[in-house]
Amino acid sequence: MSEGYEFSPNPRDVGFQIVSRRSLLAGAAGLVGAGILAACGDDNNASSSATNAPAGTAAPAGTNAPAGTTAPAGTSAPAATGDAVSVGVYEATGKNKDAFVAGLDATGVPYKGNFVDHNSFQDNITAYLQQPDDVFTWFSGYRMRFFADKGLTGDISDVWANLPDFSDSFKAASTGNDGKQYLVPTSYYPWAVHYRKSLFEEKGYTIPTTKDEMMALAQKMKDDGLIPFAYANDGKWPVQGTFDILNLRLNGYQFHVDLLAGKEDWTGPEVKNVFKTWTDLLPFHQENPNGRTWQEAATALENKEAGMFFLGTFVSSNSTDPAYLDDLDFFNYPEFDPKVGADALDAPIDGYLMAAKPKNLDGAKALMAGIGTAKYIDAYLKVNPSSVPANSKADTSVFNKIQTKSAELVGSAKSVSQFLDRDTSPDFVSNVIGDAFANFHADPTQVDSILADIEAQKSTYLG
Amino acid sequence: MSTIGVAEPQSTETVEPEVAMAAPRKGRRRRYSQLTRGDKIALAIFAGVPAALHIAFVWVPAISTAALSFTEWDGLKLGTWKLIGFKNYWSVFTVFDGKFFPALFNNLILLVFLSGCSVVGILFAYLLDKNIRGTAIYQSVFYMPVVLSLAVVGFIWKGVMWSPRQGMFNVILGRTAQGDQIDWVGNAQKIFTFHVPFLDTPLGLSKNFAALLIAMAWRHIGYVMVLYLAGLKSVDPSLREAAAIDGCNEWQSFRQVVFPVMKPINVVVFVITVIEALRAFDIIFALKKPPGTQVLGILVRDNLVGEGGGKVGLGSSYGVVLLLLCLVFIIWYLVNNYRENEL
Repeated sequence: MSEGYEFSPNPRDVGFQIVSRRSLLAGAAGLVGAGILAACGDDNNASSSATNAPAGTAAPAGTNAPAGTTAPAGTSAPAATGDAVSVGVYEATGKNKDAFVAGLDATGVPYKGNFVDHNSFQDNITAYLQQPDDVFTWFSGYRMRFFADKGLTGDISDVWANLPDFSDSFKAASTGNDGKQYLVPTSYYPWAVHYRKSLFEEKGYTIPTTKDEMMALAQKMKDDGLIPFAYANDGKWPVQGTFDILNLRLNGYQFHVDLLAGKEDWTGPEVKNVFKTWTDLLPFHQENPNGRTWQEAATALENKEAGMFFLGTFVSSNSTDPAYLDDLDFFNYPEFDPKVGADALDAPIDGYLMAAKPKNLDGAKALMAGIGTAKYIDAYLKVNPSSVPANSKADTSVFNKIQTKSAELVGSAKSVSQFLDRDTSPDFVSNVIGDAFANFHADPTQVDSILADIEAQKSTYLG
Repeated sequence: MSTIGVAEPQSTETVEPEVAMAAPRKGRRRRYSQLTRGDKIALAIFAGVPAALHIAFVWVPAISTAALSFTEWDGLKLGTWKLIGFKNYWSVFTVFDGKFFPALFNNLILLVFLSGCSVVGILFAYLLDKNIRGTAIYQSVFYMPVVLSLAVVGFIWKGVMWSPRQGMFNVILGRTAQGDQIDWVGNAQKIFTFHVPFLDTPLGLSKNFAALLIAMAWRHIGYVMVLYLAGLKSVDPSLREAAAIDGCNEWQSFRQVVFPVMKPINVVVFVITVIEALRAFDIIFALKKPPGTQVLGILVRDNLVGEGGGKVGLGSSYGVVLLLLCLVFIIWYLVNNYRENEL
């Protein structure tokens, strides 16, 4: 191939010729690269090392050395030999990360933090679990039980024996299919309809409690030039919350659980009804959600362009403006069918898992015990008060309005589900549901073929 | 290369009987080798190391992928895989037809589109080769995007160009008002669709994929341009002079003289275009895989390393399909090259 270059005419072009040879090499590399992409076993490893890469860089920031100083804290501090417990955390920036640092510092157990971007952490969890940190952040629900069944997370039943501050429902939510405990829950947050009180007062809106009232309110907002519901689906998970709540309101908790377990038919009349209702509601939602992040939608709510936003209470973490945060409020999603009621909702529980074989077993268990105390969650919520502590001894006197209301709302609910992607096989959600719902929003008329696809692909994931 | 190594065999060829006698006397058996020991070691290193790397990082993964594509495995523990024959392939073409064929179609659109971009790049290169004023500036401007990976291009364009509220496109078009915004990345409405007899869902080009094509063109045109420009610089000017003297016009001179001479570069450009189209992945992944923009690479990746264990068998069978597609073009390329060397 190099014959073409044998008679280079002009010294001025030599610079470019070097570039061209490299480009040729790049072209050859392209051929090889295609082979590698096809042979993706390798890709797998590549992404896992990518996850670990930020670990090294972020570690110094998170590393703290309270070893000597906070040792007196009653925790069974591991023989302070210096091998700190490594902790994987799915937050890498800002207030969200600082809250984890504050909480972990408060446990008094020496640790080394590995802070990873949230979506990357979740996305690479399979690779990550091949060599996890001793302790890492994760969720309750199917997502925890799945890994527990595979033997990828450590049994912490003995830690739970000394965790008196959790109610039985949290213990149940931390228990795997084998009856052992795997999770230490930290906090939870409900999904509800957020709104700005000042806007509602200004326009004379009232909080709807039934579907009819909600539709009337949405219509009024539309007439007032507002977007009734802010709406987003970037990352393909935010609209899953809307599906959950519609399904819970129309078909009830038990149907929702059975549907996600693969026992009910996605092409049946119940799910069709959910999608019909959803289609009717779409004109009242912000258009084209697929390209919008929930943060952008939250900004629309903050700017009073949108009247309501159905999302988890973490919606408040998008803003630091105290006036807005004081003005922000939420209400339970209205009742759609009196026979079904409105006493079910999504309220995902977050927490920590321990690796199946931590390098520092005693340290990891001490840290898990520390995380299970009120000290951890109090310090955490001080920095990021957008969720509610699972620990019953946590300091409720510092609760803000949202936290108090969240605790009340969840406390009054008869059934609490986790979230679509936490209540069923995560790869079913990420490979089937996420795309299907996004396609539904791209073209709602295709709903029948979209549901048929889900039903056909379901059996591949839910055995 | 040492001179001894060359000198010795020369004597063997010219005066064979002498060497035949000389060989036993010297006790050496190097009659047929033109290489010294050092040469051999160097050769072994130069050929052996890349070959070993190639086998370790290309063939071992490729063959294990092909093997895994006949199994069911969650990717969590080695040895837990289960042989299931062709079931994964059957799934790819029937159960997941709604995912596979749109992805394949998007790859084909990319192939056609990037081929068009390559032609534009060639045209630019030809114009710049005319040494028009400011050539260096134009070259830099067109080449600039090539230094960015497509993932970075995706991030930049998402924020700067496509953002509904403050993106450049919407600002220029005056469509930044709420409700009037164009959603460049998220809008998966189809520009055109057509039905394929055996598929439930129609195939078509979605609007956001079309928007994405613009960003890919931005980079690909510069890439091809610089490749081609380098090639053009090396075309013997006397060829063109001769063509001009013979009365060729500009097009004839390009089509009949320059283009054939540029054959090696043409092949490279073609192969790069094909590979870029088939391996498209990074920009779509950087945009968080909006609906309507799925390509085969994304399907491979999502099934292999998706959260919750993944479907390694299924992902591998997507990978094998992609590999076979690539192979068609690679084989074409090799065949073409061999033919060239025969001449």
